[in-house]
Amino acid sequence: MAEIHAAEPTRRDFLYVATGAFAAVGAAAAVWPLIDQMNPDASVLALASIEVDISKIPVGQEITIKWRGKPVFIRHRSEDEIKAAESVDVAELRDPQTDDVRLVKGPNGQLEKQWLVLIGICTHLGCVPLAYKGEFNGYFCPCHGSVYDTSGRIRKGPAPLNLEVPPYKFVSDSKILIG
Amino acid sequence: MSGHSTYNPSNGFTRWLDARLPILRLGHDTAVSYPVPKNLNYWWTFGGVLTFCLGVQIITGIVLAMHYIPQTELAFRSVESIMRDVNYGWLLRYIHANGASMFFIAVYIHMFRGLYYGSYKAPREVLWILGCLIYLLMMATAFFGYVLPWGQMSFWGATVITNLFGAIPLVGESLRTWLWGGFAVGDPTLNRFFSLHYLFPFLIAGVVILHIWALHVTGQNNPAGVEVKNKDQDTVPFTPYATVKDAFGLSLFVILFAYFVFFNPNGLGDVENYVVANALKTPPHIVPEWYLLPFYAILRAVPDKLAGVVLMFGAIAVLFVLPWLDTSKVRSARFRPLYKQFFWIHLAVCLALGWCGAQSPDTILIHVGDGGFTVTHFARILASYYFLHFIVLFPLLGLIEKTKPLPESISASVLGTKN
Repeated sequence: MAEIHAAEPTRRDFLYVATGAFAAVGAAAAVWPLIDQMNPDASVLALASIEVDISKIPVGQEITIKWRGKPVFIRHRSEDEIKAAESVDVAELRDPQTDDVRLVKGPNGQLEKQWLVLIGICTHLGCVPLAYKGEFNGYFCPCHGSVYDTSGRIRKGPAPLNLEVPPYKFVSDSKILIG
Repeated sequence: MSGHSTYNPSNGFTRWLDARLPILRLGHDTAVSYPVPKNLNYWWTFGGVLTFCLGVQIITGIVLAMHYIPQTELAFRSVESIMRDVNYGWLLRYIHANGASMFFIAVYIHMFRGLYYGSYKAPREVLWILGCLIYLLMMATAFFGYVLPWGQMSFWGATVITNLFGAIPLVGESLRTWLWGGFAVGDPTLNRFFSLHYLFPFLIAGVVILHIWALHVTGQNNPAGVEVKNKDQDTVPFTPYATVKDAFGLSLFVILFAYFVFFNPNGLGDVENYVVANALKTPPHIVPEWYLLPFYAILRAVPDKLAGVVLMFGAIAVLFVLPWLDTSKVRSARFRPLYKQFFWIHLAVCLALGWCGAQSPDTILIHVGDGGFTVTHFARILASYYFLHFIVLFPLLGLIEKTKPLPESISASVLGTKN
């Protein structure tokens, strides 16, 4: 053993290591296309953003549209709902966010408090929550019982995060562009 | 255990073949002369039943694949056309769909038999682990298959299960997108699930061969749990003894199978899956197929997303290490008075977990004031016991239990000199 321990690495050792390393890199390079082909392809990635006319949604109601294969909720909130969302003590929330940061500004530079836009996918395991249900009259997920408030923030149940707000902006008073 | 081969080629051709590819010898040694303990009871016939189930699923599946279209716009319709238009399509599909349930009934009996008689203990650890692997592959295959009809339960089942992987820290999100091939369950997902659903049964068949190989190295366990000591006294040849017993057991099993296929073909399914998948509307009450319910109950019992996923997979993972958790030298529960009781408790807990998995989590079982004791609370107690059973009781019982005296041999146990 002592001899081996003291022995200098030989040229042959170097060749073994170099050959092994080359083979490993080659194998990884060959496998990568087989793995990466499962990722979203160009046609999926190219899904365009969509424009939605929101002028026909009455106060206190919401519509669901499909964007990138996912449901998006557009909710015309009432004064009571806005008040309920704003009066929450943010420090007590599981995923602390004020109501304001979950909204965007309209064409006139004012925060559009009456419009709440959310990706309608429960952050627990991906079910679509039901609107105007649950303790806070926001959303209730029928799968595992997560409860969200009128700002789409998680309040009860197993979900870890608030309902996601998709990227969107107002293009006019009556239209928003999602994506 | 198999000893040396007793195959004796009877004519010129078989002698010629035997010197080149001894495949007839392999068949003879495996299924004819192979010695089986003579005290095997009917719980030992489920290996044969399971082989039958795998065969049925592969044959009906290959035929169904000739008519099925793995495309979201057409999948549901193609399944309906199998049911209405394809000659005997209804029969093939009902056999395949109920066959999955029958497969799981058989595998659960097979597994609990192994737990009762200590079949996982040395020297059969590898045999047991291969079995666990088959079980895991079966669950994956069944899950992929359930997605294919593209009904509401297919879609939302796929959504919930794939989202489980999103709970993994750091890589969860990208892993989920990778599984989906998009940003939600959709066409790419359905296509790859179909491909994998076709592949996995052959992986199962491969592991089954290893499972049988390992079985034939160690020999079968038996109800007495003592090893074969004298081949002449303790064993009988596989054919005709085990062959006939297996065939009779299988006949009874096929009667049950036929009852479901012909008289109650949708009894084990969910009506919701006859509604075409809708990505914008989750059904009010989503549940997996019955054979996954206990694990689903464990998932829901945990208030934290990641912990729930970890415990659900942990409930299966713990099975792989059972041979090392059990400290008792005695295999069969016949001679383990304490373990025997806990075995039945554990079986009841597993059934109760399954029941919980099928209920709405907020259903109140015992009312106390406004709230009360809900299904979720009940499932928490049951899930705790499930893990306690394996992680605490398995090592502990072996140390404190006073086992009954073992029979001297298999032969002695059969002759009733001592049981």
